[in-house]
Amino acid sequence: MWYYEKKLQYPVRVSTCNPMLAKFLIEQYGGADGELAAALRYMNQRYTIPDKVVGLLTDIATEEFSHLEMIATMIYKLTKDATPEMLKEAGLGDYYVNHDRALFYQNAAGAPFTATYIQAKGDPIADLYEDIAAEEKARATYQWIIDLSDDTDLNDSLKFLREREIVHSQRFREAVEILKEDQNQKKVF
Amino acid sequence: MFSQYKYWMPYISPFDPCKPIKVKSYATPPQLYMGFQPPNLPQFATPKEALRAGTLWPALFSAYPNPHNGGVKND
Repeated sequence: MWYYEKKLQYPVRVSTCNPMLAKFLIEQYGGADGELAAALRYMNQRYTIPDKVVGLLTDIATEEFSHLEMIATMIYKLTKDATPEMLKEAGLGDYYVNHDRALFYQNAAGAPFTATYIQAKGDPIADLYEDIAAEEKARATYQWIIDLSDDTDLNDSLKFLREREIVHSQRFREAVEILKEDQNQKKVF
Repeated sequence: MFSQYKYWMPYISPFDPCKPIKVKSYATPPQLYMGFQPPNLPQFATPKEALRAGTLWPALFSAYPNPHNGGVKND
């Protein structure tokens, strides 16, 4: 169960009218290494992972949802007042035809979100390694978006998110170490 | 003591429909602790031994499936 706090995890300010950035940001919304994929992946792995790391997955999955909300806010702000003409110029013409200015879970190339982005192997080590990889890929994606963006206010929020990916990656690595630790009492049955 | 399998006891609810599996295990095979394979890692003395173990290197041998559970997969 969750309690909702009606504010963003970190402020989102967009200072330039540049709908093309929305096209890039949507990768983090509904892309393979985006926030939705991350949140759903961790939320789902929680059930079959050793209890020592369940709490970690819950925490990070929850935070990923708050990141998703930040990304949604960015995309919304960048597109809400854009004319169809502007959207077309930004490469979002086909998007506009499909969705008007509604947000949709798809990647930057327009492929809709799919559950195949999420793996659950059941082997705790394999699952956590995937989580580490996903965080690193998300970090790289944020970097590529920052490289393409010259909106300093937006980049400020993106840098916050990039930093969080690094923190999550570190925490998953810690979880692997916890699972690797020798157990003092060996249960033979 | 080092073990290639770790064990944990998941929460069991009094309302669980099936007979509980009280202890669950997961594999922590040797390569997890090796990082990457060092050069000139000693190999089994004979091909026969290597074939039997399923690996050329004793240090990378792992007994799948879990020998502590009667060889049952997915315990």
